[in-house]
Amino acid sequence: MVKTSFSWINAVSAIVTKDLIDEFRTRHALTAMILFSLTTLVTVSFTIGIYALDVMLHSALIWIIVFFSAMSALNRSFTKEEDSGTILALKMSATAETIYSGKLVFNTLLLLVLIVVMLPLYYVMMNPPSGSNIALLILICITGLLSLSGATTLLAAVVARAGSRGSLLPVLAFPVLLPVLLTVIRGTGIALGGGSGEELKTDFLFLLSYLVIVVTASLLLIPYVMED
Amino acid sequence: MLKTILKSALGIWIALVIVAALLYAPPAMGLGDLSRIIYFHVPLAWVGVLAYLISMVYSVRFLRRGLIKDDSLAAVNAEIGFIFTLLATITGAVFARFTWGVFWNWDPRQTSIFILLLIYSAYFVLRSSVDEEGRRARLSSVFSIFAFISVPFLVFVIPRVYATLHPDPIISTESGFQMNAVMFRVFLASLVGFTGIYAWIFNLSSRLINLEQNNRRENE
Repeated sequence: MVKTSFSWINAVSAIVTKDLIDEFRTRHALTAMILFSLTTLVTVSFTIGIYALDVMLHSALIWIIVFFSAMSALNRSFTKEEDSGTILALKMSATAETIYSGKLVFNTLLLLVLIVVMLPLYYVMMNPPSGSNIALLILICITGLLSLSGATTLLAAVVARAGSRGSLLPVLAFPVLLPVLLTVIRGTGIALGGGSGEELKTDFLFLLSYLVIVVTASLLLIPYVMED
Repeated sequence: MLKTILKSALGIWIALVIVAALLYAPPAMGLGDLSRIIYFHVPLAWVGVLAYLISMVYSVRFLRRGLIKDDSLAAVNAEIGFIFTLLATITGAVFARFTWGVFWNWDPRQTSIFILLLIYSAYFVLRSSVDEEGRRARLSSVFSIFAFISVPFLVFVIPRVYATLHPDPIISTESGFQMNAVMFRVFLASLVGFTGIYAWIFNLSSRLINLEQNNRRENE
């Protein structure tokens, strides 16, 4: 039993390493995602950066930018395997669950980079009101990202198998992610307004339970997606 | 023969329900004649949710057994559910206009039914973007199950974000919306009638699916 769980961890980390090396060489997903978020951020900042906005507005803007940038990056996670024809080799060398877990870890890392780049830039360009609870802000953003990548990874696989490119992923992901987006926008607004962690306790619990359920369902469903 | 009898009985039943809803049932206190829309709105919403549930069950059955027929039935149920929820949304918006003052205000009920419509629109988009039959069936079943899982979370989240004006959906003595015996009888008759319409459409479409499959087998 111990041995099998170790080999599973090894297999997942092999897939993550492979994706990291691939990303490091091409920098395709990363540049697309960062440039996408930068363009949206600059557009927002040009047009409404001079106004003093409500914290809830700031939080909604942050998550609109994050959602669409994330979609543009996560869309690639499985389609790149289909495009380069490596999906067959991948399926031969690992089980569907392992591939899913590896992609999930890689996607989460990718989104972490997004938030690390985007949040400071947002602060510089948009001047949200001072007095925010920064630690809580970072915590809620990371929890939100985990749920985001947890739910989107399976859908990215579905989109890749559907053989359709472009705009299908946001269409599929939006209704599934809406509970997360609503919770996280509310939580980010409270954190920006300087609220305490006590106020957001149920929100964190909600996001974590959503993550657990969504990842479990994905692990159960992914073999059917990968099957030919 | 039995089918003809059942069909005519259903037609007469629905006609009687319409007459009873408009003339026989008394108007509710405080709402007046507006309350008559519930004899149509609630059964529409009920049939919509029922069809979605059955669609989900067929999706699960498809993944377990792998028969294309199950997937076709899931798709048909999703279509029926979509039409019925769309009608429920419209009747609900009409009710909202004349009681709350606006057609649409992102009330929690309106938000959740809107998400349901979005989920199933995405389901149809996904179906139409895959050409190969087996793969389309698998992918859309997976999406249907996955999306259905997120619906209970909406029920939890949305009331925390917005307050509702919608009458209590559970008909009980404690709820704000009370029905007397006559209204309740008409309401139940309407529920039965609309469920009958659903059963009829379902029967027609599953027969159509069988015919198409036989036809294809003969051609091969």
